[in-house]
Amino acid sequence: MRPILALTLALSASTLGMAAAQGKTITVSAFPDLDSVIKAALPGFKKLYPNVTVRVNSLAYADHHTAMTTALSTGRGAGDVIAVDFGYIGRFAEGNGLVDLRAAPYNAGQYRSQFVAYTYPQATAPDGRMVAMPTDIGPGSMFYRSDMLSKAGVKPAELNRSWESYIAAGRKVVAANPGSFLIPDAGQAAQIILRTGLKSGEGLFFDKAGKVLVSPANPRFVRAFTIAKQIRDAGLDARAGGAFSPEWTTAFQKGNLATEFSGAWLVGHMQNWLAKDFSGKWGAQNLPGGTYASWGGSFYAIPQQSQNKAEAWALIQYLTTNRAQQVLAFKTTGAFPALKAASSDAVFTQGVPYLGGQKARVLWRDAAARIQPIDVNRLDPVAEQIVNDALNTVLDGSKDIRTALAEAQTLITRRAR
Amino acid sequence: MLTSPRVSPARRRGGWTEFQRRYAPYIFISPFFLLFLVFGLFPILFNAYLSFQAWQPGTGLGEMEFVGLRNYTDNLTDPTFWQSLKNTAVLALLSGLPQHLLAIPLAFAAAGVLRRMQHLVTAVYFLPYITSIVAISVIFFTLFSWQYGVINAALNALSGLPLIGGLFPAEKINWLGQKEYVQPAIALVVIWRYVGWNMLLYLSGIQSIPRELYEAASVDGATGWQQFRFITLPLLRPIMFVAVTLSLIGGLQLFEEPFILTNGTGGAGQAGLTTIMYMYRTYANYSDAGVAAAMSWLLFLVIGGLTLVNNRLFGRSGLAGRD
Repeated sequence: MRPILALTLALSASTLGMAAAQGKTITVSAFPDLDSVIKAALPGFKKLYPNVTVRVNSLAYADHHTAMTTALSTGRGAGDVIAVDFGYIGRFAEGNGLVDLRAAPYNAGQYRSQFVAYTYPQATAPDGRMVAMPTDIGPGSMFYRSDMLSKAGVKPAELNRSWESYIAAGRKVVAANPGSFLIPDAGQAAQIILRTGLKSGEGLFFDKAGKVLVSPANPRFVRAFTIAKQIRDAGLDARAGGAFSPEWTTAFQKGNLATEFSGAWLVGHMQNWLAKDFSGKWGAQNLPGGTYASWGGSFYAIPQQSQNKAEAWALIQYLTTNRAQQVLAFKTTGAFPALKAASSDAVFTQGVPYLGGQKARVLWRDAAARIQPIDVNRLDPVAEQIVNDALNTVLDGSKDIRTALAEAQTLITRRAR
Repeated sequence: MLTSPRVSPARRRGGWTEFQRRYAPYIFISPFFLLFLVFGLFPILFNAYLSFQAWQPGTGLGEMEFVGLRNYTDNLTDPTFWQSLKNTAVLALLSGLPQHLLAIPLAFAAAGVLRRMQHLVTAVYFLPYITSIVAISVIFFTLFSWQYGVINAALNALSGLPLIGGLFPAEKINWLGQKEYVQPAIALVVIWRYVGWNMLLYLSGIQSIPRELYEAASVDGATGWQQFRFITLPLLRPIMFVAVTLSLIGGLQLFEEPFILTNGTGGAGQAGLTTIMYMYRTYANYSDAGVAAAMSWLLFLVIGGLTLVNNRLFGRSGLAGRD
């Protein structure tokens, strides 16, 4: 009995070993809701690569990025494919933790023309290495409450003709709807203006040579601050600070907001929890003043430490360049596809039920094509923080625009040695 | 002793008993030292090393570059660092002082007048201390809300009352969005949280004061206030020293309450940006690990210096004054 048992064990062990040699298990590290996109993609991927098993490790948004930072700095624990949000891609591109996808055998450059134009530059480090593949994007949109607008006799086009007309029409909307606000926070207008109309070779806060652009002499910053200040002074904003703050959420849920600027993905949040009761009352338009901006986006990267780079690249290719998969991802979470071909799918010309059947996806598709790439700088997070602080001192009236911008310039220059 | 017949058989059985006697205690106590080495000493040493390097976390450990004292001079010439230190000091004072002014009378009352309900009172006041800080901050966030908060609703309702109505603001106050109110709002949450903890410290102090002193004082005709003033307060000094030292250190390391109440931004005019918050921002948002490490050592020096001052001013008279 004993030898037979031992023999069986040995046999099964060897078959297991052979199976392991044939098949490979790769690990994907991701965050919600992107993890549900990956899980939805796995059956299709399995058909193409029956020998590759994919394990998805998911952590909360911030935890995931912290864990990946640690994994990249220590050289272990990152997995074979990692999901990276737009806000972190610049930081992750520093150093040599991620594989350069332009190089052989990946040659990611061959796909460039198939993607929405501004995504590739976002994933490219200053030295030219491309550290990730884009998967979804967030074309900017102005959402508005059609019922509030009609009560004030204001047409959506009046709101988005220019920033001046946005404020003028906004006054009428707020006057006609007591207790309402035109926009969650005046600072949002400044953020959009700062990100549009950039000259070629200009980043948000630094030019190509690393020179600080923030200054009281730079019309882009002066205008952004001026418009935001006008909105605040007219009492049009709810002073809610950033998106997803409790003040912001409550204003949405109570139906006190007339407009909001955000990525197209906001509709998903609105219909699921944020403004469930206002279905059919919201509409979408382009951003004011013919501006186009993006709100976030996600990428996939391969860490240098991965032992299964070929399989990892196969999965990334499948997730990002496969049209059917990108359409499926859009249907799963509503995140806009970065692959241009995917947005010609019939689903994009269908009306959005939450927006009263409006064919808003066509609008977003066009907006995505017009968004300009913005050069990133290593010190962008520092400059952004300092500029935001300066903007807040202007909005609360403790400093005038020139002083605030001059001080911000000094503070940023100090850091950018 | 080694030649005693009772020991020699054990010695003959080999080194096992000898080993047990000599080394086993070290093995039993080793988990503490191992954990301390890994999670205590190593991070401190690594942090000290890091404070002399320029390093972006995420680039890999090989990318460190020695920069001498530059991280320290960078911090010392950074206006935001000084502002964060000032914010921290103001918040520590604004939240620290009232804690003790409230906790001492409360403890005295709990030990005396409220004696029969002492456990209930202690439990009620101690509850905030053991509640999750995230839950606390989220609730206060809602209470402080400018448009929809209960605090503003209550103040507005009070301002409508006749006679005393004028004492309360009729306009809604943007507690967390206006520079003047950010620090008081944060301090209020901190006070609320730590009063119970300090009360417990003082209560145990009061209970260690011999009852005969109070009895003798009563016989001599001392009032309750006199007993508090001339017996309780002087004899509480050692406990006060401990409690104030803890508040000082805790107050200078303030992080969670301001971080959550201001959404990590530091609030209007950066009035809620404490040094630890700025350190975290430098590391996590600016990816500047070396500067952040240097900042932690500078804060350590400040805390160490102030604790030393506190020790000299308060500790000496407090601890030595018992004779």
